Amino acid sequence: MFFSTLVIGLVLGGTYALIALGLTIQYGIARIMNLAYGEITIAGAFFVFLLVSSMGLSPLLGLVLVVPLGFALSWLLYGIVFHPLVKRASHAGQLEIDSILVTFGLMFLAQGLFTMFFGSEFAGYSWLQTPVNLLGAKIAAGRVLGLLIAVLIGGGLWLAMQRTRWGVNLRAVANHPEFAPLVGINRNSAARVAFGLGGAIAAAGGAVMSMYQPFTAVDGGFLTMKALVIVIMGGVGNLGGALMAGLMIGVVEAYVSYAIDPGLTLAATYTIFLGVLLWRPKGLFA
Amino acid sequence: MKTFGILTFLVLAVGMAVLPLGIGDYGHGVLVGMMSYIVLASAWALFSGPTRYVSLATVAFFGIGAYTVAVLADHLPFGAILVVAGSIGLCVALLVGLATLRLAGIYFVIFSFGLAELVRQLITWFETSVNHTLGRYIFIEVSTAQIYWMLLGLGIITLGLRWWIGNSRLGLAVNAIGDDETVARHAGVNVTGVKLALFAVSSVLITLAGAIQAPRWTYVEPSIVFNPTISFMTLVMALLGGPGRLWGPVAGAVPLYFLFEWIATRFPDQNAIILGLVFVAIVFLVPGGLLSLIDKWRARARAAGEQAHA
Amino acid sequence: MDFKRRGLLAVTAACALALTSVAGMAMAQDRTSVRIGYAVSKTGVNAAGANTTTIPNYELWAKDVEAADGLTLPDGSKLPLEIIAYDDRSATEDLVRSVERLARQDEVDFILAPWGTGFNLAVAPLFARFGYPQLAGTSVVPNIDGLSDRWPNSFWLLGSSEAYAHALVDVLQPAVNSGELNGKVAMISIADGFGIELSAGARDAFEEAGFDLVMDKTYPLGTQDFATLLQEAEASGADIFVAYSYPGDTFAITAQSKLSSYNPKVFHPGVGTNFPIYAPMNDGNVEGVMSLGGIDANSQAIQDYRARHVALLEKEPDSWASPVIYASLQMLQQAIGRKGLDREAVSEELASGTFDTILGSISLEENQLKDMWYIGQWQDGLFVGISPTDKPGAADATIPKPDWN
Repeated sequence: MFFSTLVIGLVLGGTYALIALGLTIQYGIARIMNLAYGEITIAGAFFVFLLVSSMGLSPLLGLVLVVPLGFALSWLLYGIVFHPLVKRASHAGQLEIDSILVTFGLMFLAQGLFTMFFGSEFAGYSWLQTPVNLLGAKIAAGRVLGLLIAVLIGGGLWLAMQRTRWGVNLRAVANHPEFAPLVGINRNSAARVAFGLGGAIAAAGGAVMSMYQPFTAVDGGFLTMKALVIVIMGGVGNLGGALMAGLMIGVVEAYVSYAIDPGLTLAATYTIFLGVLLWRPKGLFA
Repeated sequence: MKTFGILTFLVLAVGMAVLPLGIGDYGHGVLVGMMSYIVLASAWALFSGPTRYVSLATVAFFGIGAYTVAVLADHLPFGAILVVAGSIGLCVALLVGLATLRLAGIYFVIFSFGLAELVRQLITWFETSVNHTLGRYIFIEVSTAQIYWMLLGLGIITLGLRWWIGNSRLGLAVNAIGDDETVARHAGVNVTGVKLALFAVSSVLITLAGAIQAPRWTYVEPSIVFNPTISFMTLVMALLGGPGRLWGPVAGAVPLYFLFEWIATRFPDQNAIILGLVFVAIVFLVPGGLLSLIDKWRARARAAGEQAHA
Repeated sequence: MDFKRRGLLAVTAACALALTSVAGMAMAQDRTSVRIGYAVSKTGVNAAGANTTTIPNYELWAKDVEAADGLTLPDGSKLPLEIIAYDDRSATEDLVRSVERLARQDEVDFILAPWGTGFNLAVAPLFARFGYPQLAGTSVVPNIDGLSDRWPNSFWLLGSSEAYAHALVDVLQPAVNSGELNGKVAMISIADGFGIELSAGARDAFEEAGFDLVMDKTYPLGTQDFATLLQEAEASGADIFVAYSYPGDTFAITAQSKLSSYNPKVFHPGVGTNFPIYAPMNDGNVEGVMSLGGIDANSQAIQDYRARHVALLEKEPDSWASPVIYASLQMLQQAIGRKGLDREAVSEELASGTFDTILGSISLEENQLKDMWYIGQWQDGLFVGISPTDKPGAADATIPKPDWN
């Protein structure tokens, strides 16, 4: 029971981590607090749902297609909506408030559009429901795949950030946005790419989520909140931190549910989160 | 000028007080909703305006107020319940304030949002696991017009407090913090004390707004009274009007409230879409708040006048 | 003082009554339509439920009335419907205000009920104050003393938690007595009004029947993963698994159970099991799953209703509240046909009359619908009613539930 609970927690956390990765990039590098983040995830889920249910295509193909689409959408969004805000903002606080307000509006807009096109019932399909036995816990193959994809994306991005010129540039923008132009980095384009990248991951997360879990047009807000908690815990812009924090939240939820009371799982998440905020506001792994 | 301001305020207050007399139940409901957001937005701005802390904890206190009423409805008279609710709001605010007011920027935003969720989860857990009930009934006979008058009173107190703070030594200290905390600290301002006091006062007012309105719903459960939309609406209204000005939150709350009401009745199916577009439009078109437009016009008029002179 | 105030109230009420009846007569002469209003959660957290059960049936009924050239009044004349619909955005304050608006601003003739137990309770005092009958088709009977005295015009059509619990026990008892089931129950429930009410009723009923409740846990709204809870339920050795869950949870619970080959002899998740999407989402492998609700699949009226629902809305109705809501609208329609647009008389007729609906001939007892399907089971691709076991048309329960595949 101990090990199977651990496995369940890790698998659960894998999904959280995948979704949080994109947000930590968007907020860490592009400096945009994107409250409509979960809506990109849901958009990805609906896209794959459409491919599977009306065209009979494989969800994996959907996953491959959804990544560039998520990137393009977020890239455009940054250019049209956020870039003017960044240019206008006199100080960081102003940009923060503006982006919170705008993305809150975008969240409503997206939820309204989803509801208009897809209705507000649960959408879902079943795929890869074959059980995989891991240390006594039976997990859907789709979920295990989700975990693997999360680790792959997280690990790949981390490597890219550490080892490539491109990654160094992005990190420079994240850590010292004011100096980046001095060394010839175009801050605007770096932020734009980072925002697009975050969107691509969000959409991929949605595609993976749709493989094992039904969803509705208004689920995005909940996802954003979970992701936000993980991003803060992991440290803003810290990919490895987000991955670890996501897994940790999953494990904590599983154990609290098993050993204490399922009614306290979410309360436990928020308590940890508030604790981190108070004592290690730069994240657990700073 | 000062006497004129006070006089206008009094006339306005009396005018607002006699408003319900000529209109029916629906009108009363609309007035309650409007006055509620006037109070919430003004109380929010009381803390967030000068300190520039963006709080999403509004609904945490609003819900605490409403839930206190639900718990005590059968045991105490309504007046006493309001006192208890206010005290609970005060205690929670002091506790939370002491712990968190050193957080800044986005961390405080997210903390305050998390706080609302945590309170909701804990109440839910306590009710289901310890009391084995959830959802409480409130059978208090209070008419909609009475609720409106209570809210109006609360609104007058809120605006009065904001005015007083703005014109006292405290106001100077508060504004210093908003401009630069470190500088304020060096100038001998008790930064933590001032922030805490503002947060506590603002929270108590919000708690009372929730408590006063609770009898309108009959049935209360955590998911109903801890609806995060309330936090966001309050925030947006205050920002639309301009949280730094005395009348800013009011100027934001009234038009937005009627806009949302109009959208909900005329375009119920496109509600969310239009709502979203309105938010985006606010940020791009009136970034400094509606009242800042007046300054702009004035400045423009003055500039035009000077030009004419020259 | 009190006496005086009462006197004043009485005079005011009398005047108001006189005025409205004069106005009513004036209106009756030149009225061109019957105004029906409703406020439901088109958006927000309640939208999934409201758009599955409440809104489609309101729309279907409006179409059906339109196809019949309007509502028939007692004198045989017909008036078309005029529908006014608002969105409460899943917020109680918005709902309360919308109902006030419908009653006082739009002055509609009748108001249809909102979606959900909490929301129906929130507007019950308003319906009572404004004198509108409230046909709550998506609310379990609230646990309030003196309900019908407090709100005499409210009608609660989705059964009480005790009734569900006893109906479930009635289905299970024979199998427990024969030793087919070991009598142990694992129960989980969602931490909100719905889950608490139903699990409280079940706890008492199980104890009364001598069942052994070996697991009894609540989980919060927003729980996404049920692996640990189900793992625990399986380890408890219970033959009977009961969950009072919401649609999203129900789907997750079912998926996880199938996945971990957890196949208790009785598998009873909550709301959502009765949704049409439940079977296709589980590749049709849902034979033997029990839950709340059910339909009489052999009833011609129900078959016609489902066909009309599919034709108009391109989806099937759910098999619990949907037919009840539609039947409640038929009751309203027939009561208007007998009594006209006088709301007081219509309320009395709803309380005492007998109506011919898609659920058969029904009448209310103590303002509640008691003759209904409490427990259903998926059998041959349909969610059919199995309890009350003595209700005509009841299918025989399949116990134990067959394997998932």
